[in-house]
Amino acid sequence: MPPLTTPKSGDALFASVERVQNAELFTLTYGAIVRQLLTDLEEVEEVNKQLDQMGYNIGTRLVDEFLAKSNVSNCADFKETADTIAKLGFKMFLGVTATVTNWDAEGTTCSFVLEDNPLVDFVELPDTCQGLQYCNVLSGVIRGALEMVSMKTEVTWVRDMLRGDDAYEMRVKLTKQVPEEYPYKDDD
Amino acid sequence: MSDMASTACFVIVSKNDIPIYDAEVGSAPKKEDQAYQHQFILHAALDVVQDLAWATSAMFLKSVDRFNDLVVSVYVTAGHTRFMLLHDSRSEDGIKSFFQEVHELYIKIFLNPLYLPGSRITSSHFNTKVRALARKYL
Repeated sequence: MPPLTTPKSGDALFASVERVQNAELFTLTYGAIVRQLLTDLEEVEEVNKQLDQMGYNIGTRLVDEFLAKSNVSNCADFKETADTIAKLGFKMFLGVTATVTNWDAEGTTCSFVLEDNPLVDFVELPDTCQGLQYCNVLSGVIRGALEMVSMKTEVTWVRDMLRGDDAYEMRVKLTKQVPEEYPYKDDD
Repeated sequence: MSDMASTACFVIVSKNDIPIYDAEVGSAPKKEDQAYQHQFILHAALDVVQDLAWATSAMFLKSVDRFNDLVVSVYVTAGHTRFMLLHDSRSEDGIKSFFQEVHELYIKIFLNPLYLPGSRITSSHFNTKVRALARKYL
C-alpha cells in the first residue's frame, strides 16, 4: 500500500483551493443572506436558529472536502482535533487562523479565538437587532463537521466583536464521543 | 491668525430628497434657531443642485448658492446622494477633501448588509468620524 502523503500545511491548503471568488463577494453574499433571513423571519432568535441550522448542513458536507484535501491522519484526541480545526480548517475555508485557548480540566471544552473574521467586514449591528448572533453559521459548521466524525458537541459564543468585544470567541464543548457503528448487523 | 469661529451645517440627502444625516459641525457655539435656519437654507438650495448636477460630470459642485455671508457647497455621489455643506467662505480644497473622505465613510455604511439604503444613518461611529473630519478640514 503506498504511503500516505504528508499532511499539507494550512497555507498550502489555502492556496490550493480554487480562489475564483473575491473575498468581498463572499462577505456581501453572507450579509445578504442574513438580511433576507431577518426580513423573512423577523424574530432575532429564529434567525439565530436558522443560521445555526444552515451552518450545520454546511459543516456535514464541508468535513468531507476538508479531509479529502488536507490528507490529515486520524487525530488522537479532542485536543488534536481542535488544533487541526483551528489551524487547517479555518485557514483553508476562511483564510484566517484561530487560536485554541482555555482548555478545561478534562480536556473536553476549549475556546476558539478569531482575531479577524471575513464574514463581518463592514457590518454594524443596528439597535433593532441587538440579540443577533451574526456569525452563528460558524458555530453550526463546527457542530456539523464534528458530528460527522462521531463527536457530539455544543458550541456557544462567548465574545463577539459586533457587540464591542475585542475578538470572536466560541466555546466548543464535547458532550459525547459516539463510537462508529456498523450499519449492518453481524448475524444477518 | 486666531482661530475664527465658523458656522457649518452638513446634511446628507438621499436621492429621494430625504435627509438621512445632519450635523452642525462648525466651531461656533450652537444656537437652536440658527440650526433651523441652516437646514432651511440647505433645503432651498436643493432645486439649484438638481439642475447643476446634470450639467456637469464632476462630483464636486463647489458653491451652488449664497445666503447673506453663508455659502452652500454640494458634492453629488454616483447614486445621486447629495452631501451639502453650509459654511462661511472657507478654502475650497479643504471642503473638497472633506467631501471625499465623508464619501469613503458613506460607502462603508452602505456596505453594511443590515443598513437599509435611504434610511437614517444612526451609527455613532460615523457621527464621530464626520465631526473629526470637519474639525480637520474646516
